[in-house]
Amino acid sequence: MKKKSFLATALFLVLSFVLALGACGNGSGSGASGSDSSGSASSSSSENLSGKITIGGSTALQPLAAQAAQDFMSKHPDVQIDVQGGGSGTGLSEVSAGNFDIGMSDVFAESKSNIDASALKDYKVAVVGMTAAVNPKAGVKNLSKEDLQKVFTGKVKNWKEVGGKDVKVELVNRPDGSGTRATFDEFALDGETPAEGITQDSTNTVKKIISEHDGAIGYMAFSYFTDDSVVKLSIDGVEATDENVASGKFPVWAYEHMYTKGDPSPLVKSFIDYMMSDEVQNGAVKDTGYMPVTDMKVERDAEGKQTEK
Amino acid sequence: MGINKTMAGAPSNKDPKLSLLKEKGLIKRFTDHYSESRGRLIIYISASLMIIAVVAITLFLTVQGLRSFVIDRLNVWSFVTGTEWYPDRENNPSFGAFPFIFGSIAVTLLSAVIAAPVAVGCAIFMTELTKKWGQRVLQPVIEILVGIPSVVYGLIGLSVIVPFIKQYFGGSGFSLLAGSLVVGIMILPTVASIAADSIRSVPDTLREASYAIGATKWQTIWRVVIPAAGSSLITAIVLGMSRAFGEALAVQMVVGNARGLPTSIFDPAATLTTIITLSMGNSTYGSVLNDALWSLGLILLMISYIFIVIIRFLSKRRKA
Repeated sequence: MKKKSFLATALFLVLSFVLALGACGNGSGSGASGSDSSGSASSSSSENLSGKITIGGSTALQPLAAQAAQDFMSKHPDVQIDVQGGGSGTGLSEVSAGNFDIGMSDVFAESKSNIDASALKDYKVAVVGMTAAVNPKAGVKNLSKEDLQKVFTGKVKNWKEVGGKDVKVELVNRPDGSGTRATFDEFALDGETPAEGITQDSTNTVKKIISEHDGAIGYMAFSYFTDDSVVKLSIDGVEATDENVASGKFPVWAYEHMYTKGDPSPLVKSFIDYMMSDEVQNGAVKDTGYMPVTDMKVERDAEGKQTEK
Repeated sequence: MGINKTMAGAPSNKDPKLSLLKEKGLIKRFTDHYSESRGRLIIYISASLMIIAVVAITLFLTVQGLRSFVIDRLNVWSFVTGTEWYPDRENNPSFGAFPFIFGSIAVTLLSAVIAAPVAVGCAIFMTELTKKWGQRVLQPVIEILVGIPSVVYGLIGLSVIVPFIKQYFGGSGFSLLAGSLVVGIMILPTVASIAADSIRSVPDTLREASYAIGATKWQTIWRVVIPAAGSSLITAIVLGMSRAFGEALAVQMVVGNARGLPTSIFDPAATLTTIITLSMGNSTYGSVLNDALWSLGLILLMISYIFIVIIRFLSKRRKA
């Protein structure tokens, strides 16, 4: 009798699990068909696509990819796109191994020594600008690049040495290998290694720490400067804005990459084409806080060399 | 019930061979609810799966963890004792994991120091002083504490403990102390419930003998019950420590993750687990950083094996 009831419970659990899965599937399906009505006019002309795409990697690019994937799936109901996180390193590794159809990365594949970059095809889908974020009590709004490096390498320990108030400097870093850290080190600190400080992974935590600790300084993407809790630092008198990044005046920015192994399949290609289309570049890209690649008046290669377009 | 059904169904079966097979053959051996061999098979499979899992994880971690020494030619000694961890530095990257090993051990010991007295006190309260009430009220409270996810502990630490330390002790608040406090609270229920079990297992005859020669309640607890439960109390604490040692998420949120060697408990520090979780996703498979992180994992596994050896040793001594 006891065994039976156990069996019944197990069966019930399995059944409810299956039902839950089914419900999930239905949910996303109906969601997609719901938004379909708005986009059906434009998609009716396109060919019928079907299949599955797996995208993964950079968590910074994940929201944009997820948004674009949602829109793409509502236009092509037979296409299933999975967008996963995992980090840039995971994205590059998995796409090289063939486990992801598209690997997302904040950094050039060339910068990772054990990734065969020549086997990967690079699509730059967006640009992200970054700058230092400072606690308002430090009393600085602009630093020369030289002073910024002194602050981050620990040579300046008090904000009054660089024209701020008498408040101790407190660094907030990102973990090794993080795309944000790599970009900031290379283009804001000119390759200097930052001194020791608190290290946090998520941008929201970094922002919370900077806003709550007097004299704290860290760095993050432009899109996180949404309120007055942290000061968006200008570098060498150049304001950290999308326009200044686009014109090449502001140096700290990075591409968001989507990599495929060799030439992509027609389905993957059509999704990447959709990512590069004006609809996404001027829609989802801007909505999620990135800059369209098409706006850029300068471009940059894997070595970090910047040239006029 | 099950037997009745098969008995009733058997005669009506048309093919005699099939029914024989059903009653005595292989199928029967595995379909009958009360079959000896089926039960044995299930249990043996579960046991061997467990062993295979442990061996496989150990082997996998060892192979992956040794890569950084065998393939990337890092020096084992300088990896374990070096104090500079700059895997990203362009010229001359260095991999010194000592600050993380130190951080892990410091957080573990400090959290045990914080949790042990409270947990043992709590266990004494619920077993010796208020037996009924303790059982009815404190036990569920402890179970609720066990069930709270570690991220919640981390969040509370981030918004309560870190600002508190910053306010009263200076610094940024992200510190060894903050990490130890959060983990100490986390392991409190584990230690308390095991300690309560071990105090309950002290035979009542000991207590009665103590009361008989005129000892007070406190004297009985302090002189008789605690020494009698002694080594299992330590087992409880070591078990809690091994849990503290492996905790990653909650610690990562409050410990600061600075890679330098902390000079006081108010300095930020990093542990083996926090460095692994912070950097793993950003590194590519087969890169030196990735291999070095696996090596940190191997060190973590080795130290937790040491904890297990200590627990085995203690429980053996208790039986002897």
